Amino acid sequence: MTDIKIKITDREGVLHEIDAPTDMNMNLMEVVRSYELAPEGTIGICGGMAMCASCQCYIESNHELPEKSDDEEAMLAEAFNVEENSRLGCQLHITEDMAGLEVVLAPEES
Amino acid sequence: MIKTDILIIGAGPTGLFAVFEAGLLQLKCHLIDALPQAGGQCSEIYPKKPIYDIPGFPEVLAGDLVDNLMEQIKPFQPGFTLGERAQTIEKLADGTFIVTTNKGTKHHAPIVAIAGGLGSFEPRKPLLENLTKYEDNGIAYIIKDPEVYRDKKVVIAGGGDSALDWSIFLADVAKKVTLVHRRSEFRGALDSVEKVQHLKNEGKIDLITPAEIVGLYGESKLQSVSIKKSDSEDLITLEVDNFIPLFGLSPKLGPIGDWGLEIEKNAIKVDNTLDYQTNIPGVYAIGDVNTYPGKLKLILCGFHEATLMCQSAYQRIYPDKKYVMKYTTVGGVTGFDGSKKEAPKAVVKAID
Repeated sequence: MTDIKIKITDREGVLHEIDAPTDMNMNLMEVVRSYELAPEGTIGICGGMAMCASCQCYIESNHELPEKSDDEEAMLAEAFNVEENSRLGCQLHITEDMAGLEVVLAPEES
Repeated sequence: MIKTDILIIGAGPTGLFAVFEAGLLQLKCHLIDALPQAGGQCSEIYPKKPIYDIPGFPEVLAGDLVDNLMEQIKPFQPGFTLGERAQTIEKLADGTFIVTTNKGTKHHAPIVAIAGGLGSFEPRKPLLENLTKYEDNGIAYIIKDPEVYRDKKVVIAGGGDSALDWSIFLADVAKKVTLVHRRSEFRGALDSVEKVQHLKNEGKIDLITPAEIVGLYGESKLQSVSIKKSDSEDLITLEVDNFIPLFGLSPKLGPIGDWGLEIEKNAIKVDNTLDYQTNIPGVYAIGDVNTYPGKLKLILCGFHEATLMCQSAYQRIYPDKKYVMKYTTVGGVTGFDGSKKEAPKAVVKAID
């Protein structure tokens, strides 16, 4: 099992340095859920289909990440609290290239 | 007063399948849902998305799954209260319940099964100052009666199907329709996008993209909005009568959270996995809305929970009757509409 270290700042501002597996076909949203970094029912509401923005996060490090798909672009165009570095966690599959990734969870939408 | 055997709150896949399982036990069901149509998340959020883990369906679109479930339960003639949210529950002295919706519709049943999924879907509201001040005074999130907008100046915000469809519809009703979207591409159906383009070319819809509404103004009623285009620092001010933000829906547990049920992690705790009864006897929670050790939020798990819930509900309604679980292959399916499905009888023929 191959793990990488990533840093996730939760919605309370607490920084978590966690081990994310690269061999379980997980995405960032699922990692956040598995570490319970946000209350149940507040992250990944649509199940990971880029159809809600509950897993929106801000990418703080300079990693080259996969391009946004049309679905992700479209969802971010309707989401709130969107910044230049916004991504949907459900669309970011964990790979070894992401070692050292730093992300901040976007505020929960009201 | 609507009377039924099992009152199901939530018309998603789990709630719909509960109708079938209850029907096999000759129990009548009525469903309440805050959305205007059955199907829950499957219909509202991802009707065109394929699902791959429904047994027997290598791949099925969420919308088609709902259609099939509706077909499957047709013989059991369920009642529906749609577009209304279950608001209050009252337990009567005889142990039965009255559930009243936000519109005052009352339902009476000995069993209440909450199949509320992620909760009731509420409109996602933009983060704008004074938003609540103008709610029902110029701002609405759901269009109930298009005639309200006749000869009015309307601004719609959003880039999905709802924003496109209502812009198209209101173009013939309102005095002026302005559609504001944060980017120039729209995620709605291609046909709708083309219609909006056509109406824009005809001057029937004003399109402002990429842009956002950033301010709301007016005395007691909304009178104008300010719009900021992404490529400019200047603000556009528009006089309006109505602003309709259509940014989709987000689920909330809603009033059910105040019913005295044990809640854990935004879900209703059930005491056991024998029948998914809550801490209120006679009230069950099935599907994504419940939680228990080992819970998996999968449609197929909701189907299983619905089945066990119905068996328990039967015993609660008829404590003196002994029910033996039957297979549909043996007993067939007898609908309340007089229909009967059963396996053809084997031909018995003597051999001389």
